[in-house]
Amino acid sequence: MALLEVRSLARPPLLGPVSFTLDAGTCLGIEGPSGSGKSTLLRALADLDPARGEVFLNGTARNSMPAAAWRARVCYVAAEPAWWAERVGDHFADEERGARLAEALGLAGAMDWTVTRLSTGEGQRLGLARALAGKPAVLLLDEPTSGLDRDAARRVARALERLLEDGGSVVLVAHDPALLDSLAARRLRMANGRLEAAA
Amino acid sequence: MGGPIPLETWEVAAAGGLVVLNAILSFRFRLGQETAWLIAGARTAAQLSLMGLVLHFIFGQEQLWLTALAATIMLAFAGREVMARQARRLPWWQGYGIGVGAMLFASFTVTILALNTVVRPDPWYAPWVALPLLGMIMGNTMTGTALALNTLTETLYRDRRAIEARLALGHSFTDAARPAMRHAMRTGLMPIINAMSAAGVVSLPGMMTGQILAGADVGTATRYQILIMFLIAGGTGLGVIAAAFGGSRLLSDNRDRLRLDRLSLLDDKSVAQSTGNTREDDTR
Repeated sequence: MALLEVRSLARPPLLGPVSFTLDAGTCLGIEGPSGSGKSTLLRALADLDPARGEVFLNGTARNSMPAAAWRARVCYVAAEPAWWAERVGDHFADEERGARLAEALGLAGAMDWTVTRLSTGEGQRLGLARALAGKPAVLLLDEPTSGLDRDAARRVARALERLLEDGGSVVLVAHDPALLDSLAARRLRMANGRLEAAA
Repeated sequence: MGGPIPLETWEVAAAGGLVVLNAILSFRFRLGQETAWLIAGARTAAQLSLMGLVLHFIFGQEQLWLTALAATIMLAFAGREVMARQARRLPWWQGYGIGVGAMLFASFTVTILALNTVVRPDPWYAPWVALPLLGMIMGNTMTGTALALNTLTETLYRDRRAIEARLALGHSFTDAARPAMRHAMRTGLMPIINAMSAAGVVSLPGMMTGQILAGADVGTATRYQILIMFLIAGGTGLGVIAAAFGGSRLLSDNRDRLRLDRLSLLDDKSVAQSTGNTREDDTR
């Protein structure tokens, strides 16, 4: 059984219907031009926007799970993560785990930083660490390396490889072909709200 | 101390000259408010005169249904005022429902409680007591409710990315929207807290001043003013809390989503710009 099964997910006129499956420990790469509906797809999968169709996690229908429980398991990370507290560490339920994840992403000591001093790239990596700290089954990533230098992007790729090795799955929206090549076992292309095989 | 100082119509009209003066100043300094000044002044005189006539009639009848009808009309207008003070509008009937519901719950509860336990006129719905009391409580509750609702929608809109980041991590909508709710409630309650803190030190409240000018005993006027302040505080508190909870419920759904697509921007030509399309742009 697939870890994630998507059946006719649609949010007219922006998205779909789209259908696909995702196995445990695999990454689905999605590419496509700006405005083609990639972010809309990720938000609909995370149940942040109302959408038609069905989504199953390990065979359990999304609507049969409380919304908060679904999002903790199928976690969306925006291209530019937002913050609601002044101190970075206050965004993590388990600060110790957050500190370890941040260190692996090249941000040792970040738990005591204030969010106003974060650069775009630091914010992106800490946003990823924040999502990984919740141990999601599926990570929905929107351009996770768009603001990163090569070293930071490599660290992100390594953290995602570890997630895949541990049985987690990733839906990765990215323009970076190197990142897609290194992580995505399967690649699809989004055009006008529809998924098609990548060229 | 004598009785009420008689006030002739021409004396009131002379005071109206101050409004005309403001209109002239507005014209002189090109503020563009001269018409608004004159219309507002004329409305004040006309509406209060009309209200005086209506109250004179209702007070003479002392009928429960007539008092209830007047209270309902006041409530309907107050609901409209709450909606008119929103920068980002909720869908008309739902937003109107929240405003009216919050004020109905708050003002009527407090007024009926005060009529039956503290003031105790005979009959309990005596219109010459019930309607002015309700008017004062509802007027202040309306301000608090409008402020709370406006702050809530503005804050949810401004902090939408942070709220959705929390939702995306598995937080409940209640947790994610709590800072916005708190901010809305604090803002809605601030005027009445300030008014209570400043009463007697910085300002003499209007009702007390009016009673003293009308020849009432200062001690009685003071006690009534304190009572009114407490009733207003009670009504405003209940109204603000009801409006904040009602508003946040309207802007979320059964899947704990933030539903800003239900808001429309008043000063925006296109309602659609603040719904689906804008949100799509925001998330890219």
